[in-house]
Amino acid sequence: MADSKKPETSKEYLAELTAHVPPTSRRDFLKKGVKFSTSLAAVAATSEALSDNLPPHVSSWSKSLGTGVVSTPYGVPSKFEENVIRRTVPWLTADKISSISMSPLQELKGIITPNGLVFERYHAGAPAINPAQHRLMIHGLVDNPLIFTMDDLMRFPSESVINFLECPANGGMEWRGPQMEALQFTHGMISCCEWTGVRLSTLLAEAGVQSKGKWVLAEGADGAGMSRSIPMNKALDDALIVYAQNGEKLRPEQGYPVRLFNPGWEGNTSVKWLRRLKIGDKPWHHREETSKYTDLMPDGRSRRFTYEQEANSVITSPCPENPWGQKGSYEIEGIAWSGRGKIKQVDVSIDGGVTWRPAKLKGLVLTKALTRFCLPFKWDGSPGLLQSRAIDETGYVQPTLSQLRNVRGTNSIYHKNSIHTWQLQSNGKIKNVQLK
Amino acid sequence: AAETGRYGIGKTATIEEIAGWDIDIRPDGKGLPKGKGSVLQGEEAYEAQCASCHGLFGEGEGRWPPLAGGEDSLTEDRPKKTVGSYWPYASTLWDYINRAMPFSAPQSLTPDEVYAITAYVLYLNDLVEKGFVLTQDNLASIEMPNVNNFYADDRPDTNNERCMKNCKDPRNIEVIQS
Repeated sequence: MADSKKPETSKEYLAELTAHVPPTSRRDFLKKGVKFSTSLAAVAATSEALSDNLPPHVSSWSKSLGTGVVSTPYGVPSKFEENVIRRTVPWLTADKISSISMSPLQELKGIITPNGLVFERYHAGAPAINPAQHRLMIHGLVDNPLIFTMDDLMRFPSESVINFLECPANGGMEWRGPQMEALQFTHGMISCCEWTGVRLSTLLAEAGVQSKGKWVLAEGADGAGMSRSIPMNKALDDALIVYAQNGEKLRPEQGYPVRLFNPGWEGNTSVKWLRRLKIGDKPWHHREETSKYTDLMPDGRSRRFTYEQEANSVITSPCPENPWGQKGSYEIEGIAWSGRGKIKQVDVSIDGGVTWRPAKLKGLVLTKALTRFCLPFKWDGSPGLLQSRAIDETGYVQPTLSQLRNVRGTNSIYHKNSIHTWQLQSNGKIKNVQLK
Repeated sequence: AAETGRYGIGKTATIEEIAGWDIDIRPDGKGLPKGKGSVLQGEEAYEAQCASCHGLFGEGEGRWPPLAGGEDSLTEDRPKKTVGSYWPYASTLWDYINRAMPFSAPQSLTPDEVYAITAYVLYLNDLVEKGFVLTQDNLASIEMPNVNNFYADDRPDTNNERCMKNCKDPRNIEVIQS
């Protein structure tokens, strides 16, 4: 019952979503939508044909042999999970080369994002780099300009940290009003991995930064030559030069063979396919820190170097893709995170913020990492307005959308970390709404 | 050569190696290679290499970014952020064209072509005259209209209270649908 219900709802949310797609790109998106629902229908049909597998019958897989070892030398998810994929919103960008995809937060558990589902953000596509032909150079205001091979980098003492990676544009489509009828599209530009590499401070010590060296220019080897100015205090604090994620080498999408990683900071600063670090006495004011990743305020001025991702949270179950069915017991569940440290508390409201209850933090609560929260809930079928509110260890309380808009207006594009509202309808469906 | 660091890992980067990759430009003009390009040369190069995406007048074709226009639009409901209306430094334009443009053929332009195209984009924004020639010596002196309108991150800028009960009047809640 529950199985057949879910695809139906997913189809609906995609249909609703396509209503927002401008006519020029609608055809492509619909094509994808059709493909998407066809595959779901196939799954549904398969389950029907296999109803003999339910008790009291003995299932067919209990009476036969499965596949042997290394039939899949690098394992992939069950074919019944083919719906758990990255998705993009075609009308957001001019093409797929400089674009973004979102992680399927609605399907993920725990705090670690599987490598194949980590959201993608490229400015010139993902290059295919041969690690033997890749070099990392450190130069500028240093005593010893150095050039490292990947083998060199792996000889340094390594560290592993679990940190989220979030695009500062996450949720940016929602500044003016509720637009995306899916958690994947309202919040999916975030992922959380175990990152392994060498501290940037270790490499800087190796090169010997001169006293005038206050900024680090990080530059990628991709066709965008992605470049950002990083203040020396971050470089010496927790910045990492990363070559592995979740136990294996970086995925090409994530900067293979090596990237910069700035915990808690906007994803753009964690330059992928890193080829060069230059030490200077001033910032460079490159395109990604002037034209982009600056935040326009209502007075026409703009904030720059808005590096930190402030405390944020969202309910992942229920959500538009995960509606409730019958009345009864449910777990309201979600994720919270802060670029300024640990999540201290998450509160949940079911009445649009009139009353709040403290949720439980589950599992690991780590600094600058996704943190799971939950609240058991007995649903009596009443409609509601579900919200979550994160508080981090600095005492910062996640703001309401009105509070953010009062200060920033609706044109700052980035860093929209406001409390999110899901409207729970009496049929158990969830709509993306905003409260005034 | 200087003594290498604590671990002695890595090789000294040679002057030639550094020179091949050292492409970054700063607002004060530091990093600019020798070269020059006129608005007129830029017009030709722009029309050949840039206009199919960015439009003949920098207006932007389809979803591709506009480069010119939008003066005094930054406080409007729909601001138009372009090189002329928004970008604080001309150096950024030179640096970005050089490292990443044309979109399908990055790092394919010669320094003189980058000077010329930069000059032309500045001209499209009414920031230089038609007879202007951009060089490594005058780029840093070009003043961009929006240069003084950027400031450092001053967040946190909200102060939500952790209210638990009777936090607002439920009758005042207005639900905005998509």
